[in-house]
Amino acid sequence: MEEIYAKFVSQKISKTRWRPVPPGSLQTTETFATGSWDNEENYVSLWSIGDFGNLDSDGGFEGDHQLLCDIRHHGDVMDLQFFDQERIVAASSTGCVTVFLHHPNNQTLSVSQQWTAAHHHTGPGSPSCSSAPCTGVVCSNPEIVTVGEDGRINLFRADHKEAIRTIDNADSSTLHAVTFLRTPEILTVNSIGQLKIWDFRQQGNEPSQILSLTGDRVPLHCVDRHPNQQHVVATGGQDGMLSIWDVRQGTMPVSLLKAHEAEMWEVHFHPSNPDHLFTCSEDGSLWHWDASTDVPEKSSLFYQGGRNSTFLSHSISNQANVHQSLISSWLINDPTKDRIEITSLLPNRTLSVNSLDVLGPCLVCGTDAEAIYVTRQLFS
Amino acid sequence: MEELDSEPTVTLIPGVNSQKKQMCFDWGPGEMLVCETSFNKKEKSDMVPGCPFIHIIRKNEDVYSQILRKLFNESHGIFVGLQRIEEELTGKSRKTQLVRVSKNYRSVIRACLEEMHQLAIAGKDPAIGRQFSIQVSSLSAMELIWNLCEILFIEVAPAGPLLLHLLDWVQLHVCEVDSLSADVLGSENPSKHERFWNLVTVLVLQGRLDEARQMLSKEADSSPTSAGMCRILGDLMRTMPVLSPGNTQTLTELELKWQHWHEECERHLQDGTFASSPHLESLCKVMLGDEAALLEQKGLLSTWYHFLVSRLLYSHPTVKPTDLHFYAQSSLDLFLGGESSPEPLDNILMAAFEFDIHQVIKECSIALIAQPLLWIQHERVPLAGICLRTLCSSQPVAAGERKALKVLRVCEQRQMTEQVRSICKILAMKAVRNNRLGSALSWSIRAKDAAFATLVSDRFLREYCERGCFSDLDLIDNLGPAMMLSDRLTFLGKYREFHRLYGEKRFVDAASLLLSLMTSQIAPRSFWMTLLTDALPLLEQKQVIFSAEQTYELMRCLEDLTSERPVRGEPDAQQLQDDDVETTKVEMLRLALARNLARSVIKEGSLEGS
Repeated sequence: MEEIYAKFVSQKISKTRWRPVPPGSLQTTETFATGSWDNEENYVSLWSIGDFGNLDSDGGFEGDHQLLCDIRHHGDVMDLQFFDQERIVAASSTGCVTVFLHHPNNQTLSVSQQWTAAHHHTGPGSPSCSSAPCTGVVCSNPEIVTVGEDGRINLFRADHKEAIRTIDNADSSTLHAVTFLRTPEILTVNSIGQLKIWDFRQQGNEPSQILSLTGDRVPLHCVDRHPNQQHVVATGGQDGMLSIWDVRQGTMPVSLLKAHEAEMWEVHFHPSNPDHLFTCSEDGSLWHWDASTDVPEKSSLFYQGGRNSTFLSHSISNQANVHQSLISSWLINDPTKDRIEITSLLPNRTLSVNSLDVLGPCLVCGTDAEAIYVTRQLFS
Repeated sequence: MEELDSEPTVTLIPGVNSQKKQMCFDWGPGEMLVCETSFNKKEKSDMVPGCPFIHIIRKNEDVYSQILRKLFNESHGIFVGLQRIEEELTGKSRKTQLVRVSKNYRSVIRACLEEMHQLAIAGKDPAIGRQFSIQVSSLSAMELIWNLCEILFIEVAPAGPLLLHLLDWVQLHVCEVDSLSADVLGSENPSKHERFWNLVTVLVLQGRLDEARQMLSKEADSSPTSAGMCRILGDLMRTMPVLSPGNTQTLTELELKWQHWHEECERHLQDGTFASSPHLESLCKVMLGDEAALLEQKGLLSTWYHFLVSRLLYSHPTVKPTDLHFYAQSSLDLFLGGESSPEPLDNILMAAFEFDIHQVIKECSIALIAQPLLWIQHERVPLAGICLRTLCSSQPVAAGERKALKVLRVCEQRQMTEQVRSICKILAMKAVRNNRLGSALSWSIRAKDAAFATLVSDRFLREYCERGCFSDLDLIDNLGPAMMLSDRLTFLGKYREFHRLYGEKRFVDAASLLLSLMTSQIAPRSFWMTLLTDALPLLEQKQVIFSAEQTYELMRCLEDLTSERPVRGEPDAQQLQDDDVETTKVEMLRLALARNLARSVIKEGSLEGS
C-alpha cells in the first residue's frame, strides 16, 4: 500500500464517502463527498481525485484531491450516504435529514428534500421543540432509514414528505448506527452495547431480535454487514473492540478482537473483497484487517510484513457450532488455522480519524486534524 | 516585524446611538456581548427607549484563518509525531532526525506563506490585501528566526560549516536577487543593464561567486578594455578557498589557504590592477572584507544580518560559534550607525547569535504581545482548545453526544476524573429529562457514578409502581455486570428477574429470590410492601412454595415493617382511607402467611415432604 495523499482542508471532517460507480461500469470511483463538524459553518463538499496516470515524478501534486463544490449544512454532519449517483443524504446534529442534489453540469449542490424534525426529544422534562441529533442514516433506493439520539427509527422514502414509518422509543438509549440486513430488515446498535434487528414487515414496535455482549455494556458506535453473507455483521465499540457477529446464531458475538485504544468510529467490509476489513478510531489510526487465507507466506505464526503490521490472534468468546458449509473467514473459530494480518495505513498517528470509506482500490478517510487522506492503490 | 501602525478598526453597532448612550460589554469565548445601557454620556439619563437588543460580536472569519488552520494542523501533527518518536531518538541519528523535523516544520510554514502570498497579490480588496501582507511578513519573520535557530541550536554547526549554513540562510531569505537576476539576464544586453553591477555586487555579497564570474565574463565579452581585469578578478573569485561539505581538509588548512588568497587579493589592490574600473575595485575591496566597502553596499545588503554574514565570509570564514555574537553586535551597530534602534526582530536574532535560547523565547513573546494580529490569538489549537472548553463551559454537552465523547476521551487520557464525572453527570441528567433512561444509565456507568445509577433505578421503580409494568425492558433485562454499579440497580435487575421467573412459572426459584431481596437488604424499605404483596399469589398457590423457614422470615419482615409505622397526628380523610388499605393488606398478608406456615409445617412433617 503505497502513495497516500494528505490534504489539509481547514475543517474537521466527520464523514467521507465515495460516490458509487454506475452498476456494470468498469471505472473506478473518482469522486467522494465529505461532511464537516464542529465549525460555526459546516459544509457538505464534493471532491474529485482527478485522472489516473497524472501522477508526476515529484510525488504527485497532481494526485491531490480537488474541491468540486460545497454547500452549507446546518449543524454537524453526523452521517452521510450516497442515495444514488446524484443525491447525497446528510444527517444533522439538529435532528434534520437533508437530501442534497449534485448538478454536474455547473458543479453545484442544492437541497432537494429535507425532513426537519426527523429526530427530537419528547420527554416530560424536555421543551416542546427540543431537537435531538440524527446519528445514522442508511439508504437503499428508494428508502432511507435514520436513527438518532432520541432512540427513534424513521423510514423515509425519497419524494415523500412524511415518514413512511416511525418507531418511537425504539430504544431507551442512543442509537448510534444502522445498516440493512436484508431489505425489509435493519440492524441498529446502541449505547448500551446491544444490536437490535427490526423487521419493517411486522407491525409492532419491538425488535425481532436482540443481541448483546456478555461482559460490560460498552456502547457500540458503528456497524457494517458483510457484503455477501448477510448474517455476518461487524461492530466497533467505545473501547475500540471489534466484534464479529453471526445473527443467526445465538445472541453473543462470534469473536472479539482487541483493536484500537479508543472509540472505533467506523468499520467497513470491503464491498468487493470482503476478506478485508477497515476500521478507524479516535486514537488516530486506521487499520486494514486482512483475513484472506490465500497468501502462501502465511505459514508462520508471526508474520512480519508490510508497514507497522502486527499479528493478533482471535480471542474466542463462544464455541458455537458453525456450519462449515458457508464459511466466512471472519467466523472461523480455530485460532491455529486463521491469521489476520493487520496494517496501519496512516503514516503518522493524528487526531481522531472520524470516518473512512473503501471502494475498489480506493480509500478515503477524514480526521479531526482537518485533513483528508486518499489512496488509490489499496492492494498494491 | 511591523509595529501596530494602523488605527484599530471601528465597528458600529446597529441600532445603538453611540453619541447619546453608553454601551456595556462582556467578553466570552471568542465573542463579545454588547448592549446599550440607560446611562447617558452627558448628565442625566434620558427616559428615551433605546435599542432593546443584545449584540454578539465575533471576529470575522477571514480567509487567512483558513490557511492558518492548515498551518496549525500540520504543525500539530509534526509536533505530536515528534513527541512519539522522541524516546527512540538516541545517538547520532538523533540530530539528523531533529533537523529533519525542523525542516518539516519550516516547509509547512513556507507552504502557508506561499498560499497567503498568492492570495495577497490576487485579492481585489486592498484592506484584505494589506492584512494578508502583514501576515505574510510575520510568518516569514518567523521562518527566518526558526531557520537561524535550527542552524545554531539543532544543527549545532561547528566552525567552518557554520558559515556555509549561514550563507544558505541569507540566500534563502533575500529573494530579490532572483528577480533582479531574471531582470538583468532577460534584457538584451545584460552587461549594459543599469542594475548590472548591482547584481554582480549582490552575488558577491552572498558568496555566489560562480554566478558572479559568469556575469563578469559577459562584461568581458562586451567591453574588451576591461576584459583583462575581469579575467583576473574572476580568477580570484574562482580560487577563493571554501570549505566544501565532505572535504577532508581541516580548518587550519583552510585558514592557511585563505590567508594566502587574501594576501593575493590585497596585492592586486595595492598594485592598482583594478584602478581603472571603480566597480571592479570596490568588488575587490568587498572580497577583502573591507568594512567601509561593505557598508557602502547597505542598500543591497538591506539587513544587518546580511552584512554580518558577508563580513564573516570575507574576513573570518572559520568563525567559531562562540565568537558569533561579537561580530553580530558590531555588525548591528555598524549597520544601524546610530540612526535607528533595533527592532524586535533584531533583538530576537541577536539573542540567537548569543546562543541564549531563553532570551530568544523571551524576545519572541515580547514581540508577540505587541502584535495582536499574529496567529497566536487564534485559539484553534485542537487539544488545548478542547481542554479549555471543557473547563469553561457546558458547551460540549449542548453540542450533542459526539463532541462530549471526544472531550471525555481527552479528559480520561489526562486523568481529569473530576471533569469526566461532571460531564457525565450533566449528560445523564439531560438524558433523564428527555426520558432516555438507557442513555442515562450508560453515562452513569461511564462515570462509575453509583449515586446516579441509583437515581435512574428509582425512576424505573417509580414508573413500575405507577404503571404496574416496566418500561424499557430491553434495558433492564440486559443489564449485565453493570447491575453491580449500585445496590438499587442490582435490586432492579433482580426484581425484574423475579417477574421473569414468575412468568415462566418457576415459582420456587421466584420465591427464594423474592425472599433474598428482602433479607439481603438491597430492597429499599419503601418497596417492601410491594414485595410482600408480590408474595401473596405465591402464598395462595395450591402447592406449598414457601418452606416453613422462609415463611418465618417473611413474617419477620412483615413485623419489621409494621412496627416501624409512625404514629400519625391528625389523620385526614385520605390518610384514613390509605391507612385502611394498608391495614387490610397487612391483615391479608398475615392470614396468608399463617395459612402457608400451617401447610408447610404439615408438608415438611409428613413423609413425602422431607
